[in-house]
Amino acid sequence: MTQARQLQSLDMMVNMGPQHPSTHGVFRMVLWLDGEEVVDVEPHIGYLHRGSEKLAEDELYPQIITLFDRMDYVGNFNSELAFCMAVEKLMSVEVPERPQYLRIILCELNRISSHMLFYGTMGLDAGAMTPVMFGFRERERIQRLFEATSGARMMHNYFRIGGIKEEPPPDFKQRVAGVLGELDAGIDQCDKLLTYNEVYLMRTKDVGRISGKEALELGLTGPSLRASGVPYDVRVYEPYSLYNRFQFDIPVGNNGDVWDRYAVRVAEMRESVKIIRQALEQMPDGGPLVAQGVRRIPRPPKGETYLATESPRGELGVFIVSDGGDKPYRLKVRPPSFVNLQSLRPMLRNSYVADAVMILGSLDIILGEVDR
Amino acid sequence: MLNSFKGLGITLRTFLGKPVTAEYPKQHLPIQESFMGFPVLTWDPKVGEPYCVGCMVCIRMCPTQCMSATMKDNPLQKEGKSTRRKIVESFEINLGRCIVCGICEEVCAFDAITMSHFHELATVARNGRRVDLDRLLDLGKEYQHDSGWRPPTEIEKEKLAALKATQSAAAVAAPSSAGPATEPQTGGGA
Ligand code: SF4
Ligand code: SF4
Repeated sequence: MTQARQLQSLDMMVNMGPQHPSTHGVFRMVLWLDGEEVVDVEPHIGYLHRGSEKLAEDELYPQIITLFDRMDYVGNFNSELAFCMAVEKLMSVEVPERPQYLRIILCELNRISSHMLFYGTMGLDAGAMTPVMFGFRERERIQRLFEATSGARMMHNYFRIGGIKEEPPPDFKQRVAGVLGELDAGIDQCDKLLTYNEVYLMRTKDVGRISGKEALELGLTGPSLRASGVPYDVRVYEPYSLYNRFQFDIPVGNNGDVWDRYAVRVAEMRESVKIIRQALEQMPDGGPLVAQGVRRIPRPPKGETYLATESPRGELGVFIVSDGGDKPYRLKVRPPSFVNLQSLRPMLRNSYVADAVMILGSLDIILGEVDR
Repeated sequence: MLNSFKGLGITLRTFLGKPVTAEYPKQHLPIQESFMGFPVLTWDPKVGEPYCVGCMVCIRMCPTQCMSATMKDNPLQKEGKSTRRKIVESFEINLGRCIVCGICEEVCAFDAITMSHFHELATVARNGRRVDLDRLLDLGKEYQHDSGWRPPTEIEKEKLAALKATQSAAAVAAPSSAGPATEPQTGGGA
């Protein structure tokens, strides 16, 4: 009896996080290991919970925009856009063209800066120190442009229900065009630095695979879903704002492994540059910045609405119930990071513990959005 | 192995190029003109009093409720020096709570509060982040001096007058084709 017990091998439980530099925030994973292999994983979330949804029930509509800034703190403009458009839909407000174009330009720039952060941290997760420097160099250009436009580098509070807050600087178009020129070179350089590096390929190919069918069943959206070969993009399938006016491709992968999730994002940055170029061309030079007839404290009519947008991480949806007052009766967010996190377990099973950090990183979660 | 060496080449080239980083405490990156730092109260040098009348609109609209104020009758108005009937008596902002959202600046109808370029918050006092009226006005004067701040409503009025002038000139030149005057838009939505 005692001998049998000695021969039996037990799974080891390893606690990773919440204070771990590679969990991209305060996130805790409990890993069960059989030697080097991951048998099971249990994610623990909630360390960054601020109760944003509940808080929103006690805030006026314009004040809620600041809450959305702080949910996805890397794609701030995209979060703001989702909320503003949901309220606009509830109120049936027609937003003028100029603010719509400005919003799209800023959101796409934000997508690039978010993917640049992903690019850098992905390199770090795989053990490469240099990419993060390059990623942040490119990010800084965009961030400086944001600062000149909205006055803040991250928490912009720039979009308004029915439009945007104020006129961008007079040389906005030239500055964006300049940044795009620099980004073209920058993205190419980043691409050359890491994408086909042999060591990186060895570490990421065929790691953390997930099939398209399984990904769909788990509700995965965004670049992580497209890496599995499902060309689902809200901007194309349910065009909101003016996205049906632009020509762009949806980059897809075919393996659904870490490398594909990375490559799809790099390709997506180039598509975003394309969209911004077209938007700059089409944008009218003058015109109102907010829709007519939207009051400073809007009171949407009684009713409920759901609106989905494509944030850098996937389908970001906002559900609002209004009772006709100046505060929402209920606000629910469908955060892409939270839903994408569900696929962590099938991805991690039977992979090696050294890859765990990379697989988590390849999902590109933002804990502020997971916990809200 | 080729691609790895290509990457090394990029690293080497960047290493030899000009650095893009700044050594922060010694060297500051330039602040953009429209940068939003912490809110400060502005000073009306023509009258010699703050613009703020203590109407509490900003306080009610602040998402974090980090401000408080009281108002009093304006002594300068009795002397006939000022047109403001009420004036701010005390004002406090807890900058540790402020999220620099800019809503207070947007809702104030008296040009009394503005987002300055002040953003370095380190203090040695435990309560150093609670700033009172005097400090806010000092910071405001400093910002007004450095940036050449002018009341936004004044600028707006000038713009409106200029627009009217050009429109009436156009109407004189071509009276039949002049359409209805379009109202210029202000941010925020009235
Ligand atoms: S800053 Fe403006 S809104 Fe706030 S109390 Fe003073 S006058 Fe009123
Ligand atoms: S910037 Fe925002 S948080 Fe700060 S005092 Fe003004 S309204 Fe309040």
